Amino acid sequence: MMDEQVNIGIEIHCQLTGLQTKLFCKCKGDYRNELPNKNICPICSGQPGSMPQLNRKAVDHSCMIAFAMNCIIPPRMGFYRKNYFYPDLPKNYQISQYDSGGIGSVGYSGKLQYGGEFARIRRVQLEEDPGRLVYEADMDTSFYTLIDYNRAGTALVEIVTEPDFKDAAEVRTFLNKLTSILEHLGVCNTKLEGSVRCDANISIGSGKRVEIKNVGSFREVEKALNFEITRQKSLSSHSIEVKSETRHWDSERKVTKQSRAKEEEQDYKYFPEPDIPIILLSEEYLSSIQQKMPELPDKRRNRFVADFQLSDHVAQVLINNKEMADFFEAAVQIYYSPKEIANWLVSDLMSFIGNSKTEESSIALDLRIGPKHIADLARLVDENIISRHTAKLTLSKIMRTGQMPSQIIRESDSSKIHDERILLKAVEDAFESEKAAVIDAGSNPGVVNFLLGRVLKLTQGRADPQIALALIKNKLRKTT
Amino acid sequence: MSKLFTLSAEQIISGVRNREFTIEDYIIQLLERINDIDDKIKAFITINDEALNTARKLDKKIKSQEAVGSLAGIAVGIKDNICTKDIKTTCASKLLQEYIPPYDATVVRRLKERDAIIIGKVNLDEFAMGSTTEFGSYGPSHNPWNPDYVVGGSSGGSAASVAALECTVSLGSDTGGSIRCPASFSSVVGLKPTYGLVSRFGLVSYSNSLEQIGPLGRTVSDIVMIMNVIAGFDENDNTTRNEIKTPGFVASNVKRPVRYGLIKELVEASDPAISKLVYSSLDLLSSNDCKWEEVSLKSDYALASYYTIAMAEASSNLARYDNLRYGFDFDPEGYEWNSYFSKIRNNFGDEVKRRIMIGSHVLLSGYYAKYYLKAQKVRSILRHEVKKLFKQVDVLISPTMPVLPFKIGENIDDPVKRYLIDTNTVVANLVGTPAISLPAGFSDNLPIGLQLMTDEMQEQLLFDVSKMYESVASIKRRPDL
Repeated sequence: MMDEQVNIGIEIHCQLTGLQTKLFCKCKGDYRNELPNKNICPICSGQPGSMPQLNRKAVDHSCMIAFAMNCIIPPRMGFYRKNYFYPDLPKNYQISQYDSGGIGSVGYSGKLQYGGEFARIRRVQLEEDPGRLVYEADMDTSFYTLIDYNRAGTALVEIVTEPDFKDAAEVRTFLNKLTSILEHLGVCNTKLEGSVRCDANISIGSGKRVEIKNVGSFREVEKALNFEITRQKSLSSHSIEVKSETRHWDSERKVTKQSRAKEEEQDYKYFPEPDIPIILLSEEYLSSIQQKMPELPDKRRNRFVADFQLSDHVAQVLINNKEMADFFEAAVQIYYSPKEIANWLVSDLMSFIGNSKTEESSIALDLRIGPKHIADLARLVDENIISRHTAKLTLSKIMRTGQMPSQIIRESDSSKIHDERILLKAVEDAFESEKAAVIDAGSNPGVVNFLLGRVLKLTQGRADPQIALALIKNKLRKTT
Repeated sequence: MSKLFTLSAEQIISGVRNREFTIEDYIIQLLERINDIDDKIKAFITINDEALNTARKLDKKIKSQEAVGSLAGIAVGIKDNICTKDIKTTCASKLLQEYIPPYDATVVRRLKERDAIIIGKVNLDEFAMGSTTEFGSYGPSHNPWNPDYVVGGSSGGSAASVAALECTVSLGSDTGGSIRCPASFSSVVGLKPTYGLVSRFGLVSYSNSLEQIGPLGRTVSDIVMIMNVIAGFDENDNTTRNEIKTPGFVASNVKRPVRYGLIKELVEASDPAISKLVYSSLDLLSSNDCKWEEVSLKSDYALASYYTIAMAEASSNLARYDNLRYGFDFDPEGYEWNSYFSKIRNNFGDEVKRRIMIGSHVLLSGYYAKYYLKAQKVRSILRHEVKKLFKQVDVLISPTMPVLPFKIGENIDDPVKRYLIDTNTVVANLVGTPAISLPAGFSDNLPIGLQLMTDEMQEQLLFDVSKMYESVASIKRRPDL
């Protein structure tokens, strides 16, 4: 019997978008929305004679990430040159990190808990992003290639895991956790296009290792991995050996494709970058960084459970999206009803965001709704001014208009109907139109709720459900 | 008007200040001089078209009694591997023959801020790789003392232009002796400062961990004057030392007690005419307060270590020359990346190709420990040895070059023989200490230089001793051109 154990390791590149400038020069760190090759200088365009000037903030941020990954941080950290020819590299080498001769990368030998599992972190390293190659259509058929160096020299942190994942879903859970950590640290806005990229390596059983590159977003990772697992399994079921190779994820066709270049045969000729002296990470420095670290997701989730009595699940869902967790805390500040507010966020707002979320969107940008709206909504429900059903209907209007819920309720007069006379009329109408159901009521307890639904519909959801229910039950008793 | 071009920097500055002549007078004389003799010397690659305009502007300021910088009037030749904004910086390479930098090197910016005039860009071995200034795309520079002979290198243009009175002072770069060798071969003063004392920002890298920019001039005082402007911390170069923000070196005739150490191995391995002169130099330097002794420095592997490190770093530094972002006109139509890179990079000269290939080889993962790491080990042992010597003596002395200048083209096909002439100079680069070459005399009308070396950051001591030697040796000859 062949060993079918799937082993997946991943490499995540995240841009330090929290920095004002690039890693080795004073060009803007935010290269997006610039005309091509406008956000460059002699340093990041590799002009003769230019030298890297290390951005100290980038060292701070990378140390924070190493801490969050529970890594060992060495007392001496240094940069290495990774030499290879590629047109997106202005110097034809990348300034990166490497472990050799007592000079290490910013972190190593860490581990991160996700779901119920642990993944070992092999290393965390700081390096520069290359430029961007722009093709006419896709890489293989393009007649020409354009090079945009605006991105070149942006600070990247590479996080490499050991091959500890057993399937794509685990990877997805891990990436969600990682995203939330990066967001909480404030070092990377993961919603920006291309700010986080993922490479993966997969082997099945004793089979060869295959690298998958070019996966542009975390959402695609799961698809790419599932494709690759299926591909490798079907090869071995036909007794075809899996080749050790690098494959690219084609997000259009949803397949992995063999790369043209034989990248695994490269010798990168690593050697210490002579233009950047070794950086001493003293204990004082590291403890000052630790003190500056914001609350991380795990701690925050525990606090949500302890302080707000949220369920583990609800707390976790909120924490997985820092923006949502911040939203929650802000709303609770305005009106203290944690469970009600959390419910609104987790069951209602999330689905709106899920429907409209693109890579670059955020709640604030996308929807005209803020913590004060949800706080107001929760209060209206808590105080029995509107029903939850009405509140739900109101939600989409808030999102469109940005109006406060109480104002919408006032204007549309959509407050609940408590008046028994009006409600009784509606109940009678419901009984009249649903005669068949009424007859079944004796044998089918579900009819009561069905009739309540009719009443709510007849009153555009404004009926106070408790009063209406009492009226329905009362009337049913009378008719039968 | 007298021959202004023969004056030292100090004399120019005081002449201009006292309105004995204008900067324009001086610059015109220099340009005429270059026009007259540079066909024989080939020191210049590019003449700065703006030099005369700048001179006139400065004269205007002086006339209207506005303040001018401390170097107003000085004309500096800049080695053509140091970036000058809007002036071609070719590195004597086909790959950069059209390259116009968009920025000034820090040293150039600092010179301009003090109103020095960039007179032009001077010749070198391609990317500073060589010890004779024969290996550039503009052909060899010639020794002003005898144009059939090499001027030394790689800062050959820097030394020749100063010796031939085509500029006041010049800047060179010294990776393994590239300032001191041509200074010695053309009888001028040349300084390789402490590693990290002068910013390298804007120096086209050959071997980053070894090289420094330094001045060449006809007097020690001129060297001190330039160092006071170019030295000091620079935020653009993370390897500059931050203990000196603005240097305050002085060129004084103060006599101080000094312990000299003659490096036995280096003087013994030199041409007899050279070692003879070194011994008589020591007699000149000795006095009641100043004693000399022989010391031993085992530097057998220094040269191998030097070339291994230099070539390794060079192979990576030169990778960027792929003609995509800058370079020369070449139609890429029909080439795939790799074939395009190969095609373009075939334009490097043979010596550069040799160093890139060897450098790439020693960095391969299978050879890294065998060569590169071993070279670094030798380097740290040597550093330790030299530190120990500086506990015993203040100044280390040796001939700058073990040989006299030789004829252009001699041994051109024997790279090892050529690498060997760097034996005396590479130590200072490997260790990071300052070293200066001073004119010491002649043998058959060919110059000989004396090398003095102090511990790191001891430039002031080096200047004091150099001044002392300059006054006693009293070498006043000028080449006959």
